[in-house]
Amino acid sequence: GGVGLSGGGAAGGGGGAVKTRKPDNTAFKQQRLPAWQPILTAGTVLPAFFIIGLIFIPIGIGIFVTSNNIREYEIDYTGTEPSSPCNKCLNVSWDSTPPCTCTIDFTLEHSFESNVFMYYGLSNFYQNHRRYVKSRDDSQLNGDNSSLLNPSKECEPYRTNEDKPIAPCGAIANSMFNDTLELYRLDNDTRIPIPLIKKGIAWWTDKNVKFRNPSGDTNNLTALFQGTTKPVNWPKPVYMLDSEPDNNGFINEDFIVWMRTAALPTFRKLYRLIERKNNFQPTLQAGKYSLDITYNYPVHSFDGRKRMILSTISWMGGKNPFLGIAYITVGSICFFLGVVLLIIHHKYGNRNTSADIPN
Amino acid sequence: GEVVCEPPNNKLDKFGGTLYWKEHKYPLSNQNMLLRGCVLRNTEWCFGLVIFAGGRGAAAAARGAGPPLTRVPRPGPDTKLMQNSGRTKFKRTSIDRLMNTLVLWIFGFLVCMGVILAIGNAIWEHEVGARFQVYLPWPEGVHSAFFSGFLSFWSYIIILNTVVPISLYVSVEILRLGHSYFINWDKKMYCAARRAAAEARTTTLSEELGQVEYVFSDKTGTLTQNVMVFSKCSVNGRSYGERPRGSRGRGAAGPAQPASCSAGDAQDVLGHKGELGQRPEPVDFSSNPLADPGFQFWDAGLLEAVRRGQPLVHDFFRLLALCHTVMPEEKSPGGRGDGTGTAGTAGTAGMARGWHGDSGENMGTVGTAWGWRGRHRDGGDGEDSVGTVGTLLGATAIEDKLQQGVPETIAVLTLANIKIWVLTGDKQETAVNIGYSCKMLTDDMTEVFVVSGRTVLEVREELRQAREKMMAASRSVGNGFCQEKVPSSKLPSVLEAVAGEYALVINGHSLAHALEADMEVEFLETACACKAVICCRVTPLQKAQVVELVKKYKKAVTLAIGDGANDVSMIKTAHIGVGISGQEGIQAVLASDYSFSQFKFLQRLLLVHGRWSYLRMCKFLCYFFYKNFAFTMVHFWFGFFCGFSAQTVYDQYFITLYNIVYTSLPVLAMGIFDQDVPEQRSMEYPKLYEPGQLNLLFNKREFFICIAQGIYTSVLMFFIPYGVFTDATRDDGAQLADYQSFAVTVATSLVIVVSVQIGLDTGFWTAINHFFIWGSLAAYFAILFAMHSDGLFHMFPNQFCFVGSAPAALAQPAVWLTIGLTTVVCVAPVVALRFLKLHLRPQLSD
Repeated sequence: GGVGLSGGGAAGGGGGAVKTRKPDNTAFKQQRLPAWQPILTAGTVLPAFFIIGLIFIPIGIGIFVTSNNIREYEIDYTGTEPSSPCNKCLNVSWDSTPPCTCTIDFTLEHSFESNVFMYYGLSNFYQNHRRYVKSRDDSQLNGDNSSLLNPSKECEPYRTNEDKPIAPCGAIANSMFNDTLELYRLDNDTRIPIPLIKKGIAWWTDKNVKFRNPSGDTNNLTALFQGTTKPVNWPKPVYMLDSEPDNNGFINEDFIVWMRTAALPTFRKLYRLIERKNNFQPTLQAGKYSLDITYNYPVHSFDGRKRMILSTISWMGGKNPFLGIAYITVGSICFFLGVVLLIIHHKYGNRNTSADIPN
Repeated sequence: GEVVCEPPNNKLDKFGGTLYWKEHKYPLSNQNMLLRGCVLRNTEWCFGLVIFAGGRGAAAAARGAGPPLTRVPRPGPDTKLMQNSGRTKFKRTSIDRLMNTLVLWIFGFLVCMGVILAIGNAIWEHEVGARFQVYLPWPEGVHSAFFSGFLSFWSYIIILNTVVPISLYVSVEILRLGHSYFINWDKKMYCAARRAAAEARTTTLSEELGQVEYVFSDKTGTLTQNVMVFSKCSVNGRSYGERPRGSRGRGAAGPAQPASCSAGDAQDVLGHKGELGQRPEPVDFSSNPLADPGFQFWDAGLLEAVRRGQPLVHDFFRLLALCHTVMPEEKSPGGRGDGTGTAGTAGTAGMARGWHGDSGENMGTVGTAWGWRGRHRDGGDGEDSVGTVGTLLGATAIEDKLQQGVPETIAVLTLANIKIWVLTGDKQETAVNIGYSCKMLTDDMTEVFVVSGRTVLEVREELRQAREKMMAASRSVGNGFCQEKVPSSKLPSVLEAVAGEYALVINGHSLAHALEADMEVEFLETACACKAVICCRVTPLQKAQVVELVKKYKKAVTLAIGDGANDVSMIKTAHIGVGISGQEGIQAVLASDYSFSQFKFLQRLLLVHGRWSYLRMCKFLCYFFYKNFAFTMVHFWFGFFCGFSAQTVYDQYFITLYNIVYTSLPVLAMGIFDQDVPEQRSMEYPKLYEPGQLNLLFNKREFFICIAQGIYTSVLMFFIPYGVFTDATRDDGAQLADYQSFAVTVATSLVIVVSVQIGLDTGFWTAINHFFIWGSLAAYFAILFAMHSDGLFHMFPNQFCFVGSAPAALAQPAVWLTIGLTTVVCVAPVVALRFLKLHLRPQLSD
């Protein structure tokens, strides 16, 4: 401003406020930090696509083959079809006595060579509903005595029954799956029971850390659960779930498995193990089998389905066709993309390298 | 007595009033007016009256004798100067405004999602939930599916609120703070002579520096040094001080220049060093012990004349010596018997023009002093009416040299498609000369239009003629295109593509008309078609009005740069105000957003700091929106599988920490340190600045691309684990698809995918970037395992119920296969698209 509005003169004395310090000549302050500048060049991108393709396709094939080698057999025993033997139990209620039982015969075409895992599966069952998921008291399940007698409010409306605290409280525990499944091999009209192992089906941390029975002077669970009442739907209290003391109360494995809520409305949960006895005989040989069901668990009212699944497993778990197919597909697409990009690179690449920067 | 005068206004050059004093009327004009801050010198006494002193009304004080005569202790808001100073506005960047809009849209989007999910919930509760009540009864107080849906709406608003980037505002401020510090720390913007570093006085505008399209510059003190050096004089018709031809150009840039920064800087901005050509010997003043050793003069003829004792030359110097203050009117003989001693201000340009014309030197002659023998009456403002009585003794030419690097800076900025307008209070001749010397105006230009009409009609006519000439020229050049001309009342890109180079010079009094509401569009249209625009004789308010005009119609980012108090209003009005800390005090600096001491630093501020700042901010914003959408939208998809119950996919701690711990630092590091091209490149190729002006890197389109990418990621993030987990079991036979394992899988894939994505976005991996990116990943796993540990569970069983999930889930090959698959599927298309873009439509910076 050359025109002499010298009003600045009055304030001019403050000019010393301007910083006089010379900035430090450091790489940080001068934005000259050494840096790696990756650029998406043909030399990096194209090989990356090919390598991903070459890695994914074999993995996918491996998974696919593994998955196909897994034996799996599934029976829906909900009984909605009138022809089903379980149709009579369709409208069973929790407290029906005597329990409704039904038997379904089936045939395994192929033998199950290794250990067999027996699952029950439920469909349209919303174990992942927000109100359902939170309706539990982990502190009570961990054996905390004060929570035992005074469960968390999250358990409502299954917190107390007739002024007694419910153990275990909450909607999850209350809705515990309580069908009993038994498996028989039919050998010339004789029913040979197949031994089902009920321990070792829960996560180790759940069994040993997360779930604990209340502690006290006695080992008698009945005494320890004194003052509590059973969940509304249950036929018997939690300390009578099993006869073995290390599988009873809160550390009953069926209970623990049920309490690990599923992420999706269709799920399967491990029910029993069938161990291979010796190396000479398959665990389940091909042939006729019979499944005895004590049908206690009603699902028909909300269109739920119940299944029994027999499966062997591999290094990556049970049957999982999705993963294998997805890997093969993605690998192929990556490979294909690599080829397309390579073509584009060859077609247009030269043009760009010679392109000048207009100035 | 009583003063009747006009109401407070902002016209600096006019005043009208009447003084009633003892039944006499005295007219008051601008001649009787001293503006706030003026200093009277060589005046023994006078009577003063304060008017327009603020809200208190007229007439406050009159003090006699001696400078400072009048001083208003506090700035009155009604004084002419304060009226000229413009209003201080809170400045916000266009990105800020865009961000606010986008955040509002996101809010709308959030509500939409809430509504969709609430409707879903109502339907679900009606169809399924009502029957599922055997296992999950409705909570107390909920009796209808509709009410449940209503509640679920609010639940979803709460869990989906992470889509609204609240932390964005804080992060953006941190980024800008960082960018401002880089400006403060830049040693290439440090002036050793003044010992002043550049200073970012605001931390809110940094990315706007990368989008500037119009620069409004003051002249004196900004383009020039505002150091007046005696350069030439003319005594009795003879001109002294012709500079030898060999030294033209940079001949004067010697150590004598106190304001030059080149002495201190090892390499200046442009990398020019040294002097051009041979410099002839200056006149040797060593015979005079009183001579200023810094002073250089090239014409020995003057010294000769003095030595010979020519009376006129002696008189001339005597006058100069006695009257160093330029005063409009002589009060009394300055102590010398013969009544000599006035110097009139002066702009009379005849001689000055002569000097400019034949020398063509790189200098501006700003002041000419006229010496008169005898008394004279000076009427008017000194420019028009050269006095009538007296003898012209001679004239001096005072040179105000251009600052170092100014023409180069202007050239670079012009190449960067930044239009530079000079708004100066100086006379037209001076302004035009400076325009030539700093290469804004060149002889190659097709035409320089001068608008100096005094009436509305004249101005309109002149503008119209200018436009017609330009249009005629462009028609004759571009005859291939049959372009329909829209009437000029509509705003105007018609003239954008004018062929040839034009310049517009407009005078203050013409500008006053041109800025009136009915002509401003016309003026702007004409001015914008010209390559260079110079406005001279403009008042501070007009400077602001011109800036406002461009802001209003061009929707472009404007930057005003100036050093004096008269630039304050324009500095405040422009999007970005830059103050030069020069000779004129610090008012401009105080009003500015950025300040430094040399005009040439402007190119570094814009092309390097501004450009990077813009780039970083844009990349930052894109990534920020992306990561929030990728994170939050998973809940939306999950809603369809959990009965719209507002169940979260992730563990509550993950939700809390995702934005603050797992993903904040890498993107901040990118936003602070990223560089696409090194600083030298952005100076060498000013075209690199263009994406910022065109707002290409972050706009609504880019925003939608980011959002789309985020949603795409969220879809895969949910449905791939969904596909894998539906029937899968663990390798020990147990169920894989339990809620907690699912949560761990999705969260881990998400963190890995967004980390890979920031890795792709980061173009400049400093050690800090490495540390933050790898550190964030490490922190994620560390915190994950800590949260899922036994110890915390034993202390708070209800809060840390995920105990054991992370180790159990991450030990599963299927989980890692899922994570790997998700990562590749999310990232590969992005890489492919970027590669294609790089190949098919490369940007300049690539």
